[in-house]
Amino acid sequence: MMKGQHSIFGHFFTNDSPSLWIVAAVLLIYPAISSDFFTFQIGAYSLILGTISLSLMMLAGYGGMVSLAQLTVAGLAGYLMAIFGENSVGVMGFGWPWWITSIWAILLAALFSAFIGTISVRTEGIYTIMITLAIAVAFYFFVRQNYVLFNGWTGYAGIEPPTILGIYWRNPIPFYYLSLVVAAFCYWAVVYCSRSTFGLALQAIRDNPRRMQSLGYNIVLHRVIAYFLSGFIAATAGVLLVWFNGRISPGSVSVGVIIDILVIAVLGGLRHPIGPFIGAIVFVLLENFAIDLIDRERFNTVIGLVFLLIVLYSPDGLLGLWKKLWTRLIDSRKIRPNEIGNELRTKSADSIETS
Amino acid sequence: MIKKLITISLTLLAFTGWNSATAQDTIKMGALATLEGAFAVLGEDGMRGVKMALEEFGYEAGGKKIELITGSSDASPDSALRAARKLVEQDGVPILVGPLSGSEGLALKDYAKTQPNVTFVNGVSAAQDTTLREPADNFFRFTTDGAQWMAGLGEYAYNEKGYRKLAVLAEDYSFPYTQVFGFLEPFCRLGGQAPLDARFWVPIGNKDFSSVIAALPDDVDAIYVALGGADAINFLTQYGQAGGELPLIGGSITVDQTVLGSRGRIREHVVGMPSAGPISDTWDDPLWQAFTDQYRKQFPDGFPSPSLFAHGYYISTKATLLALDKVNGDVSDGGKAMRTALSSLTFETPTGTVSLDERRQAIADIFLTEVTVDDNDNLVNKTINVTGQVSQTFGLPYQDFLQYGPVSRENPRCE
Amino acid sequence: MQRFLNKHPTRAVFVLLAIASLAWLIFSVWPEWLIDLIGRKKTFVNTLINGLTLGGLYFLVASGFTLIFGLMRNVNLAHGTMYLLGAYIGYEVAEFSNNWYLGLIAAFIAVGLCGMLMQLLVFRRMEGDDLRQTLVTIAISIIAADLMLAVWTGTTYQFTPPEWLFGSVTLPIVSAIKSSGEVVYLKYPLFRLMVMLLAILVGVVLWLFLNKSRIGMMIRAGVNDRDMLSASGVNIQLIFMLVFAIGAGLAGLAGVVGGTALSIAPGEDIRYLLASLVVVIVGGLGSITGAAIGAVIIGLAEQFGLAYLPTYGVVITFLIMVMVLAIRPKGIMGK
Repeated sequence: MMKGQHSIFGHFFTNDSPSLWIVAAVLLIYPAISSDFFTFQIGAYSLILGTISLSLMMLAGYGGMVSLAQLTVAGLAGYLMAIFGENSVGVMGFGWPWWITSIWAILLAALFSAFIGTISVRTEGIYTIMITLAIAVAFYFFVRQNYVLFNGWTGYAGIEPPTILGIYWRNPIPFYYLSLVVAAFCYWAVVYCSRSTFGLALQAIRDNPRRMQSLGYNIVLHRVIAYFLSGFIAATAGVLLVWFNGRISPGSVSVGVIIDILVIAVLGGLRHPIGPFIGAIVFVLLENFAIDLIDRERFNTVIGLVFLLIVLYSPDGLLGLWKKLWTRLIDSRKIRPNEIGNELRTKSADSIETS
Repeated sequence: MIKKLITISLTLLAFTGWNSATAQDTIKMGALATLEGAFAVLGEDGMRGVKMALEEFGYEAGGKKIELITGSSDASPDSALRAARKLVEQDGVPILVGPLSGSEGLALKDYAKTQPNVTFVNGVSAAQDTTLREPADNFFRFTTDGAQWMAGLGEYAYNEKGYRKLAVLAEDYSFPYTQVFGFLEPFCRLGGQAPLDARFWVPIGNKDFSSVIAALPDDVDAIYVALGGADAINFLTQYGQAGGELPLIGGSITVDQTVLGSRGRIREHVVGMPSAGPISDTWDDPLWQAFTDQYRKQFPDGFPSPSLFAHGYYISTKATLLALDKVNGDVSDGGKAMRTALSSLTFETPTGTVSLDERRQAIADIFLTEVTVDDNDNLVNKTINVTGQVSQTFGLPYQDFLQYGPVSRENPRCE
Repeated sequence: MQRFLNKHPTRAVFVLLAIASLAWLIFSVWPEWLIDLIGRKKTFVNTLINGLTLGGLYFLVASGFTLIFGLMRNVNLAHGTMYLLGAYIGYEVAEFSNNWYLGLIAAFIAVGLCGMLMQLLVFRRMEGDDLRQTLVTIAISIIAADLMLAVWTGTTYQFTPPEWLFGSVTLPIVSAIKSSGEVVYLKYPLFRLMVMLLAILVGVVLWLFLNKSRIGMMIRAGVNDRDMLSASGVNIQLIFMLVFAIGAGLAGLAGVVGGTALSIAPGEDIRYLLASLVVVIVGGLGSITGAAIGAVIIGLAEQFGLAYLPTYGVVITFLIMVMVLAIRPKGIMGK
């Protein structure tokens, strides 16, 4: 099914099609045509949230494991940045150089993700959701109560990105490009990974673990590695997130935010790596501008309704909705020969999906 | 497909071109409070305070119209920061009033340092460090902090009530630490005791206190309770149910209107409980009476009596408008003149005179209160005493006060 | 019993010893050295009973959750919402009618109906699609939490129980002997004891219903082989709806009980959802006995954590969960 998928989406987003270049160009010139606020708080923030959700999409879409602990991994990386790097709170803060700190933080957080994986891979489907949720909540309570390592309720502040090449990387435009490079790299890595032997094996395990086991594949190992890789992506985004906020506290890893990440991923669509980014843009725009359009008090009702409608009517998220509209659009026109193939492949993909 | 991309980029362009120019004769004022989540009720009351002050000035200051733009957080510092960024960087407000809670205040102080041309006036956030350590030059707090709120209570417990040894029960985060510090510091200086093993720190949001109640020591004279909202209600009910007989002393939000007005059965256990804070429900000053009358008139659907959130936001907004009046509404210099005016501002509020110290922290009156039943059978806080002009350092020189160190579970040690 | 004794003599001795020492801890007067070691007896015994009664409340909530999962394999992450909604509805009815029992019944029925509606409108449409069901229930709980906040605001509510349930009783357990020789007996809030009794009652009724009644047999058959059951002419959708109604109704009932023993405020939905999750994960999803065991373990862990290790008390429950999963991935009673 993934193969069919790639032929239609891969065609637009990963091959050398003009659309890819247009997206890339828009993303590259975006800071030039938008205000600092839009560059930083909408652009960079969407990219960061999108990257965290991408790590969830990778696990859920290719591995069939919906982990709610991805934000926790990102949060741990953020905390580690404060603990080993510098902060202004006066607790911990070893003051290691930024590059050692970030590599170390990402690595430790990815290992933590692999650890979550080892606990939860023995379980399946719904159990995975519940167990990762419980681990995430345990982490939230732990950082909230622990003052020695995590400075408890107050958390850490004053976590700054470095100044390199005379550029202060927290400034909107440099930070945007930094996030863009990271997001693009992670996106590429996920696409690459999905087509590698490992990725294909992972997808096959998702579809039929028993067969893969009898073929001699080590299912647990594959899954734990998937957790490690997705943890790596989440942790990288987590470092950016803590630089973005300049601070981290238990509130940054609480249940509400955990659910937000899930909402973003599902909103965009769990079938293709571009989905989480679309979901993130919609979410961030809603989050920032809902107050100007509707009563902010009922923001949760609005986002909940959008989420509900998407889940009910378009299980593949906004991306799936777009796909449907697009197909209909083509249907209404005369179908050109080269698109019939795609059309058929999409259809067959859908039928496999539902079976 | 290409069409899709064009649509996307057009949408993005449409969004990015939004920075509308500010008209010359209006000033935008941002107000930030928790309008979502469990604390929404408190944030709404804060917003009522903002609107009261604006109404009082007819939405005009220094000859210019004031345009109010609201921002909302969910009480987490991250969300407060995002909302503040939106107000400052997108809506372009030169003045921001808020936020509501302590950790949000700390986050905004850090943010203020990166926006030197914007003037930040605190809402009611009461963390000590917001103005005590590494304050921001453009962050002003016309409300008092959690330690100031306790002024007079420690002395009262020791001298008037004659308590010598206390147990402490408080939520496990920075605000109660600040309150415990403000209460115990004078109490212990006078010779009182509150041993470390008689201090119980419960996680915020704990509902079942029965085991903690069983663990409370018997050999103390009273229990100092610094819990808020639902936690306070649960403890007070369960303490009564378990047959607890020790007298209780309350923190500022342990027996405020949000707790006293709850639907339940705390009544029999709280009458007579002393506490201290920035307001008192039955203060008989005409200014306070006028303030509460106006509150009830303007917001029939509000609380029976303005909460400390409405009060705090009102004072902060009023200070802002007074300063704007002084500089004739001119903030074209990046608000410099206005900040000078704010620094030297001294004005009468419904709860006495307020002025700022050199770190832009309020010096104000604090009320010592006791819970009582009023004529309408409502529970209210009755004024017992007013501690005049309480400063953040309790009158000590700044450097000496810093010697106490940051608030924590064990500060003061009190042995 | 006899078989267990013969099979595992050492284990049996350990179990007996544990029971004996627990009984001694509860009924004896503690010597000084023991008080020095682990504190006063009053604290220990109180915490023990608190843990058991809290476990009772958790069982009431989690039994519905596990019942629904056991039969339908769908995880209703709006279960906490059902708890909160039941509490609010129960409160309104109890206030209006001035009758606590009426509130209790109303909560059970109203939330039971909500559960039926959810089964009819949501779950039936996406049978077998676990992930979508989970996501839909998350969406529902987000919306419902916000709407309930709009209707009932952030105020804290507490029920007033009937007069005879309020106050404390003296238990035949010596708490301490004063220096004057006067014996002090332990006092304990009556309502909390009643919560435990109610939980036991509900547990027994559920067990009888599932094991002795005709419908119960169908349900158990459905757990084992759903297709076979429907092929044998049973209207399985009707059974699904019934189970959903009972499960959701129990959550609503627990809302009133919890709102009386403790209190009701926004955020309780997530709290009890998490509690149910941990309880059923530890106990084993789908098993009523497992839910009972899990509820007692979690209740005790929470209360002892709070009394003896307040800082990390909340983390302990989750650690227990991780430990159980590491040893038995499907929980203690899971199959």
